[in-house]
Amino acid sequence: MRVGMFHTPTPDPSPQGGGEPSSFDAGEIQLAGVTLVADRAGALYWPDQGLLVVSDLHLEKGSSFARRGMLLPPYDTGATLGLLGQLIARYAPRLVIALGDSFHDGDGPARLSDTDRTTLVDLQRGRDWLWIAGNHDPEPAEGIGGHFATILALGPLTFRHEPSRNAPDGEISGHLHPMARIASRGRAVARRCFATDGRAMVMPACGAYAGGLNVRHAAFSVVFGSRAFTAHMLGDRRLYAFAAKDCLG
Amino acid sequence: MDTRAPDLDEDLLPERFRRWFASRGWEPRGHQLDLLARAKAGRSVLLIAPTGGGKTLAGFLPTLVELAERNADALRSLPRLRGRGGEGALAGARSEAIPPPDELRSLTSPASGGGEEKWRGGLHTLYISPLKALAVDIARNLETPVAEMQLPIRIETRTGDTPASKRQRQKRDPPDILLTTPEQLALILASPDGPYLFKNLRRVVLDELHALVTSKRGDLLSLGLARLFRMAPQLTSVGLSATVATPDDLCRYLMPQRSADGTTPAMADLVIASGGAAPVVDLLDTREHLPWAGHSAQHALGEIYDLIKRHKTSLIFVNTRSQAENIFQSLWRINDDNLPIALHHGSLDVAQRRKVEDAMSAGKLQAVVCTSSLDLGVDWGDVDLVINVGAPKGSSRLMQRIGRANHRLDEPSQAVLVPANRFEVLECHAAIGAIAENAQDTPPLRTGGLDVLAQHILGCACGEPFRADDLYEEVRSAAPYAELTRAEFDAVVDFVATGGYALKAYERFAKIRLGTDGKWRVANPRVAQRYRMNIGTIVESPMLKVRLVRSRGGGSGRTGPIGHGGRVLGEIEEDFIEGLSSKDTFVFAGEILQFEALIDDEVYVSRSHATDPKVPAYAGGKFPLSTYLADRVRGILAAPEQWRALPDQVREWLDIQAWRSMVPGKSQLLIETFPRAAKYYLVCYPFEGRLAHQTLGMLLTRRLERARMRPLGFVANEYALAVWGLGDLEFAIRRGALSLDALFDHDMLGDDLEAWLAETPLMQRTFRQCAVIAGLIERRFPGQDKTRRNVTISTNLVYDVLRKHQPDHILLRAARADAASGLLDIRRLSDMLSRIKGRIVHKALDHVSPLAVPVLLEIGRESVHGEASEDLLAEAADDLIKEAMQ
Repeated sequence: MRVGMFHTPTPDPSPQGGGEPSSFDAGEIQLAGVTLVADRAGALYWPDQGLLVVSDLHLEKGSSFARRGMLLPPYDTGATLGLLGQLIARYAPRLVIALGDSFHDGDGPARLSDTDRTTLVDLQRGRDWLWIAGNHDPEPAEGIGGHFATILALGPLTFRHEPSRNAPDGEISGHLHPMARIASRGRAVARRCFATDGRAMVMPACGAYAGGLNVRHAAFSVVFGSRAFTAHMLGDRRLYAFAAKDCLG
Repeated sequence: MDTRAPDLDEDLLPERFRRWFASRGWEPRGHQLDLLARAKAGRSVLLIAPTGGGKTLAGFLPTLVELAERNADALRSLPRLRGRGGEGALAGARSEAIPPPDELRSLTSPASGGGEEKWRGGLHTLYISPLKALAVDIARNLETPVAEMQLPIRIETRTGDTPASKRQRQKRDPPDILLTTPEQLALILASPDGPYLFKNLRRVVLDELHALVTSKRGDLLSLGLARLFRMAPQLTSVGLSATVATPDDLCRYLMPQRSADGTTPAMADLVIASGGAAPVVDLLDTREHLPWAGHSAQHALGEIYDLIKRHKTSLIFVNTRSQAENIFQSLWRINDDNLPIALHHGSLDVAQRRKVEDAMSAGKLQAVVCTSSLDLGVDWGDVDLVINVGAPKGSSRLMQRIGRANHRLDEPSQAVLVPANRFEVLECHAAIGAIAENAQDTPPLRTGGLDVLAQHILGCACGEPFRADDLYEEVRSAAPYAELTRAEFDAVVDFVATGGYALKAYERFAKIRLGTDGKWRVANPRVAQRYRMNIGTIVESPMLKVRLVRSRGGGSGRTGPIGHGGRVLGEIEEDFIEGLSSKDTFVFAGEILQFEALIDDEVYVSRSHATDPKVPAYAGGKFPLSTYLADRVRGILAAPEQWRALPDQVREWLDIQAWRSMVPGKSQLLIETFPRAAKYYLVCYPFEGRLAHQTLGMLLTRRLERARMRPLGFVANEYALAVWGLGDLEFAIRRGALSLDALFDHDMLGDDLEAWLAETPLMQRTFRQCAVIAGLIERRFPGQDKTRRNVTISTNLVYDVLRKHQPDHILLRAARADAASGLLDIRRLSDMLSRIKGRIVHKALDHVSPLAVPVLLEIGRESVHGEASEDLLAEAADDLIKEAMQ
């Protein structure tokens, strides 16, 4: 059990807490010898590099469904960019990596509303921005700023969208939208989570409309092989670590 | 009213019918002739009759008489029959054969003289029942008199099982009488054939109307009915119903409401059949110790078994599926005589249920343990005893159940009530009093749901283009929507068109568009196709098949291979399975099962040797104590002179309560506080049902938290609510730091409620149902999920985003309206808070009172539904840490 590896600060003792996230809602996490900060909003921060990573934003997923006749509320892009704005304000990163599937489909960038496009430009001001290619958005797109790459290696870490089979040390990926479920006394809780064995990591999705795939799904054993891994579930106050084998399917 | 009316008889009933009645040894009943006379005069009629009152025949008699005359004329005027393969020689009576005389058309108006005119062919009568099985059953029952009287009448059914080819043919060449369901009606109305098929419709018969109108299906049907009345100018309606508290509501439901002219709303005529002999209802005066709490009634099993032995066929009604499972299992444990006792509830495999039903009608069973799945319709043969185990919950409900015994009107039904605990004794006692007075407590007519309206509006557009002004008037003519404002209507149209969002992002993806001719029409054929896939108002929690496999011993597998094959036991709600860990045991299909794994869409279970299931409650079909019965229970408590009629054990219990604390007056709310095991308890007794109490518990905990009383948890049952924590409530009240009046003030339904609604899964579930019904989210079909993963989306995510960005959206309004009466029962809580204002009585005790014992015994047995998710995470994490440190 890897419960001890997480240096989680004690949660806010005041019952009136909640609401605005405090500076105490992230935990440190070791990956291939690098110390990273896992934020309970689902982002990863690398303090030494001033690097913020978010994965699977799925911007314009609402309008993508609307195109096909399901008129979902068109507020998801605004909500996701709002969350991104909070993260950027909190960490003031030098570089932001969007780890693929940043847009739900290839036409997504063209459907961005003027307001959301302006927000995006503001977020990118004064920092580098890298869009990693995902399966939903494999091609570079016009009018969304930043640079494009399919993969980025930085020191001991590698950033890519789809995890490799039997992922090598230092690989950080997304794509799978990990979530975990635990139950006790007939009640269950499901949350998005970071899935990691201390060597490789699969990041949770950050998009307002992004769903989840249970860490007990076979796809995760392809990533981690026979290695045991931990699900760091995103709580409202902090992260909670569970061995994946103790989570429900 | 069962007396004959011979003067009417001669004119009303044709010779052929009179001979038929005589050949069966029957005489037409008074209500049958009364209804026939009114229908002949072109009136719409509500018939209220108990089960077994010849209700169905009464409903169809006017149609059979009219069709017998009309089709006989038509046959005479036809030179030869147009035979159709397999449809019978009489199928040829087509509308074209009798051109409508123009002079008669002027006589036609819905209210007067419609019966005088010759009917012009096509579909004559539409029968709608809530159950597919019932439609099929009725069709079979109708065939008998039609065949025996050799009437030239064609009767067909149309359900979800009817093949597409037959449906097509039914449109081209409709039968005289079509038996169907509300959903099928909506489907026909949403096709271009509706106007053609229904333009000459003369009568619509709505069966089990009392059951239909309490749900969203009733909303949908009311809108369909409004449309039928517009398409078929000569239409009249017949409603068939069990006894209800306010028949006027149903009489309005059956007629188009003309609210524009401001006069009294249009109502159907009311015909009430005599109730026959009054039922004989007894309370089981048990020789055993009466439990303080629980719903299993295990103490009375021996006595129940004796009752079964002494009767020919008994129906044993219980309130939940888990109760049904438990009682069934326990009865078999003591079934030394090997009596044929069966189990029937909505989760069992259909084939299994059919087997039980067939054995029942063949008279092969001595008892069936069942839930509300048997409340409706279908004929059950010779039941001579109804045993109701547990709380009756409502007097009308209980009367309908008791009506199952003895389908012959003149003999009294026999019933025995078996309370499972002391509070239920009071409730049973109140119910027996209510039955003696024939006091009904069915709920008032619903206000039509906006989500259902959205579905209907899209359906209308699929049928034919509509003008908003016209459709608004039509919709308002449906009784549940009579009070709908134009602004609400327009908001729903806007929702259907482009989602109804403040951010106008979806104009180009509109589902319906306003043409230059001022009419709304569907944007493309795919919209209509999707509409047909998603019709209906029943949104079940997704069901998973339960398959019996062999246990494979250790391991915590949810994934990975496991022995395949094995029998399917039935279906179970996904929600229930989600709360289980591997190797948890629960009761299902009459045995204790061990949960093995969830693989694809199937739940794998094995037989367990455990004697007590680990997960006790399988909450299927919980409904709250009716307001009326609750009131009667409070009345009994407040009148000690009535206690003499109660069993000794219950009377002693109340006597000690009066001595140790107090028994509250009828309009008072008693609140007791006492310390126990280093915690401080508050127990109150609103008698408003579990759902309302849970909501109250949730809100009180928030308030006590703010008052720094450090609440730890609460538990609710039908009668009482207990909250406990670390703060000394009694001390805080005495010191003036805490005011009970303020704590129970009505203002808790403001901000506290809003804050709670934001996060409760109950609200998320309510929203999901509205979103599916309104057509925002598509239905999930079994087996379809995997391939469609990429096109499905979690409604919880949508709910969160919508709530933050457009809190007044029409779907959130619809969900809140549902929450008021549904899972959260807010309206009832609100009424209660108003009722008790200034009437709170506080008793500071030094330990628990007798009245408080039952609810405290529920601690640990009843879970607090779907709350404390974050706490659960923290708790589970702590458990793990403890385990890791050992």
